[in-house]
Amino acid sequence: MSLQNLPGARERRVSTGGIDLCVVELGDATQPTIVLVHGYPDSKEVWTQVARQLAEQWHVVLYDVRGHGRSTAPVPLRGGFTLEKLTDDFLAVVDAVSPDRPVHVVGHDWGSVQAWEFATVSRTEGRIASFTSMSGPSLDHFGHWIKRRMSRPTPRRVGQLLGQGAKSWYVYMLHTPVLPELAWRGPLGKQWPRILERLEKVPPGDYPTPSLPNDAAHGAWLYRDNVRSRLRRPRADAFAHVPVQLITPTGDIFLSEQLYDELDAWVPQLTRRSLPAKHWVPRTRPDQLASWIGEFAAANEEAAQGGVPVRDTSPTGAHADRFGGQLVLVTGAAGGIGRATAFAFAEAGARVVAVDRDAEGASRTAELARLIGAPAAWAETVDVSDEQAMEKLAEKVAAEYGIVDVLVNNAGIGLSGSFLETTAEEWKNVLDVNLWGVIHGCRLFGKQMADRGQGGHIVNTASAAAYQPSRALPAYSTSKAAVLMLSECLRAELAEKSIGVSAICPGIVNTNITATTRFAGADAAEEKRLRRRTSKLYGMRNYPPEKVADAILRAVVRNEAVVPVTPESHAARFVSRLSPGVLRGIARLKPPL
Amino acid sequence: MVSRVKDERAPDLQGFREVQRLAYACAEAVAARLKPGVTEREAARMQREWLRERGVRDWFHLPFAWFGDRTAFTGFKVPLQFFPTNRRLEPGMPFILDMAPVYKGFTADIGYSGCLGLNPLHDRLLADLEVHRELILREVRERRPLREIYEDVERLMIQQGYANRHRAYPFGVIAHKVDRVAERHWSPTVFGFGTQSLKGILSDAVHGHREGWSPLWSPYRFSDHPPQPGLWAVEPHLGFRGTGAKFEEILVVTDSRDPEQSAFWLDDDLPHVRRWAEERVTA
Repeated sequence: MSLQNLPGARERRVSTGGIDLCVVELGDATQPTIVLVHGYPDSKEVWTQVARQLAEQWHVVLYDVRGHGRSTAPVPLRGGFTLEKLTDDFLAVVDAVSPDRPVHVVGHDWGSVQAWEFATVSRTEGRIASFTSMSGPSLDHFGHWIKRRMSRPTPRRVGQLLGQGAKSWYVYMLHTPVLPELAWRGPLGKQWPRILERLEKVPPGDYPTPSLPNDAAHGAWLYRDNVRSRLRRPRADAFAHVPVQLITPTGDIFLSEQLYDELDAWVPQLTRRSLPAKHWVPRTRPDQLASWIGEFAAANEEAAQGGVPVRDTSPTGAHADRFGGQLVLVTGAAGGIGRATAFAFAEAGARVVAVDRDAEGASRTAELARLIGAPAAWAETVDVSDEQAMEKLAEKVAAEYGIVDVLVNNAGIGLSGSFLETTAEEWKNVLDVNLWGVIHGCRLFGKQMADRGQGGHIVNTASAAAYQPSRALPAYSTSKAAVLMLSECLRAELAEKSIGVSAICPGIVNTNITATTRFAGADAAEEKRLRRRTSKLYGMRNYPPEKVADAILRAVVRNEAVVPVTPESHAARFVSRLSPGVLRGIARLKPPL
Repeated sequence: MVSRVKDERAPDLQGFREVQRLAYACAEAVAARLKPGVTEREAARMQREWLRERGVRDWFHLPFAWFGDRTAFTGFKVPLQFFPTNRRLEPGMPFILDMAPVYKGFTADIGYSGCLGLNPLHDRLLADLEVHRELILREVRERRPLREIYEDVERLMIQQGYANRHRAYPFGVIAHKVDRVAERHWSPTVFGFGTQSLKGILSDAVHGHREGWSPLWSPYRFSDHPPQPGLWAVEPHLGFRGTGAKFEEILVVTDSRDPEQSAFWLDDDLPHVRRWAEERVTA
C-alpha cells in the first residue's frame, strides 16, 4: 500500500480461514473505530483521502478484501467469495482492531453490499455501532425489490426494472467465464485509470493501484458467487440491526435511486443523504463523505455512550438529504430573499454563513438559523461591492468554516428612474453592488470551489428585469441582465468542475428592497412617496420570499440554469423568447406610480 | 402612585383587571394540565369549564386553542380555521390559549403562549415580544395614528425575522376595543362570539364611523386616527416557520394630557411580563 500517502498508517496481517488479510490502521487506537470497506474493482487505496480526514478524530481501519490488493486470494476462487466468508473476514478484522467495542462500518460499492450482510445477520450483533452505505444495495433487498416489481408490474415498476436492468449490464458480463479476466488483465486494466478520469472525473493519484488487473479478475467471483443465488432466494429476515446512513450519488451510472425507495421497511433507523456525483464518490467527494461519516458515527457513538437509544435529530426541512452538513454562504442575508434562503438551508441542516452590510440583521439571521436546525451559523458584515472586504471574507470563511458548498449571491439594491435622469454615480452604485458584488462572490468563492475539485453550486439572484426591458428601471435591469449572462457563461465554464450555476429571476416579491430603492431624479419627499407607493404595490402582490427560497433550493438540487419564480416572471421569460417585440412594447409603458 | 385618571376609572378598571387576572389564571391552570395527546378541542373545553366553574356566563368569544404550526396560523384562509380542531399536542410543540370571558359585566381578552417541554425557538419568539409591548405603549402615548403604529409593529416583526400573523385575523386587526357588557340571563354566542359583546362592538363601530374612528385597530384607512380613549385588547402575534407566539392584554387609553396617564397597560403582573422580568434577572 502506498503508506506514504497516509502518514501514521500502521499495517498488520490478519489470518482467517486460510486467508491472509492486509489491514491498515490510522489515528488514535483508543478512539472509536471506523472500518472502511472498498468495492469492485478497487483496493483499500480508494479510501485514502477519506481515511486521512477521518483519522484526525477516529481510529480508522482499512483492509483489502480477500483476493484484492495485498490480501491473499482463496483457492479455488469459485465459492471463495460468498457473503458468509466475507463476513468471517470482517469479524476477524474487527476482533483484531477493536476487540472491546463495536465499530462503525462504511462500505462503498461491493464493500457496501458486503456490509449490508454484516448489518443484517445476527452473528454480527453487538459488533457494529452504525453502517454508512454508498452505491451498494443489499442483494436480499434488491432481490425483494425485483420480485415485487415482477409480481405486480405497473408501467412505472416495469420502467424501473428495465432501467436498473440496463444499468446492470456489467453484472451479466461478469458472469461470463474467462472473458472478464482476460479483459482486465489485458486492455481494460491498462485503460481503466483513463476511463475513470474521463467518465467519472476521478482525479489522478495513488489510485487505482498496480494490483488492479488482479483485483478485478478475482473480484469477478464476488458477483458469480453471490448475485444469482441471492437474487433468486433473497433472505426474508434481512432487517438492519444498526442505524444506517444511506448516501446516494444522484449521477451513479450503475445504480438507480429508486432501488432504495422501500428501504425504510428494512431499516428502523435510516438517515438518507444524496450527493450530486457519479459512482466513485470516495475519490471525487472525500470531504463531504468524511464529514457525513464522522457526523453519523459521532451521533451514534454519543447515544451508545449515554446508553440511550438513538433519537432521530436529523433535519426535517425540504432537501435535508442533500444539504445536511453542507456549508452555504448567502449574501444580502439580513432580510427578504437572502434571509428566507438562509432559513430554508438552515432547516435542511446546512451550516450557514449569513453575509450582509447590516451587521445586526445578519447576526439575527444567523441566530434564528441556528434555532431552526443549522448545526452552526455565523454572521459576517461585508459590503459585497468592496473587493478587498470580499477577499478578506473569502479567506476567513475558508480558514475558519471551510470551503463553501453552495454560494448564494443575493445582495442587491434597487434603482428606479429614467436613463437620462440617472446620474453616473447612481449607475456606479447599482453596478457595484448588483454586478460587482456577484463578480467578487463568484470569482473568490467559485475559485475556492474549483480548486477543491469536489463540486459545488453557485446561485446568483438576477431578476425578471433581466429579460424584461423597462423605461423605469434601466440601471437595475442592466445590472441584472449582466448577472444573468454572467451566470450562463460561468455555468458553461464550471460544468467541467461539476460546479453548477443557477440564475434566479424572482419577479415581484414582497421584500424590503422597495423601501430602500433609490428613485433617480426624485427629491426626498417624492422619493418617500414613491417608495411608499411601490412598497404598497409589492405588498398587495404579496409574493412571499420564502417561495423564492424554496425555488433556490430546488434549483440547486436540480442544477437548473435559469429559474423564473413568480408567474409574471415565468410569463415574461416565455414572451421574451416567443415574441420579444411584445416585451419591448410593454417597456414603453409608464409604471403606475 | 394613584393618578387622577386612574382614580376616576378605578372601580371599572378594578373589574377589568379582575377578569383579566381570572383569564390568565385559567390559562396557566389549563397549560399546566396539558399533556401529549390532548387535542385543541379538549384544551378549549378545559378553559371553558374552568371559567364556568368560577362564574363566567358570557363571552366576548369562546376559548380557542392552537397547537403546533397552527400557532403560526399556517395556511389560515377562512375564519373557521380559528376554531379548535382535533390536532394533538406533542412534546416540544408550542401552543396558544386565547379566551375572552365576561365576568360581572367586565370583559377581558387574553392570549397565552406556551410550549410543551423545551423549544428554544419558541422561547426566542416570546422574548422578542417584549419590545413590541414597549413600542406599542410608547407610540400610543405619542398619539401616533393607530395605522402608523400598526405599520411600525409590523416593520419591527420583519426586522426581527418574523411574519406578522395578526394579519390573518379578521380585518388583520392587532387590537379591538373591549367594554362593559350588560349582564343577561341568557347570553348566546354566534360563531363563537357573545351576542352582547358583538352588540357593543357594532354600536362602537356605528358611533365611531360618525366621529371618524374605529373600534378595530387594523392596517387599513379606517384605523388612520389617533388612539381612541377606552380599553383595547392588544394582541401582537409573531409567526416564524410553523411556530407562533403572542400575548393579548388590555391597554388603557385615556384623554389625559399627562403622557404616562394617557395610556398604560391595565396590569403589569401577568405571566409574560413576569417571565421577561425573570429573564432579565437571570441574564
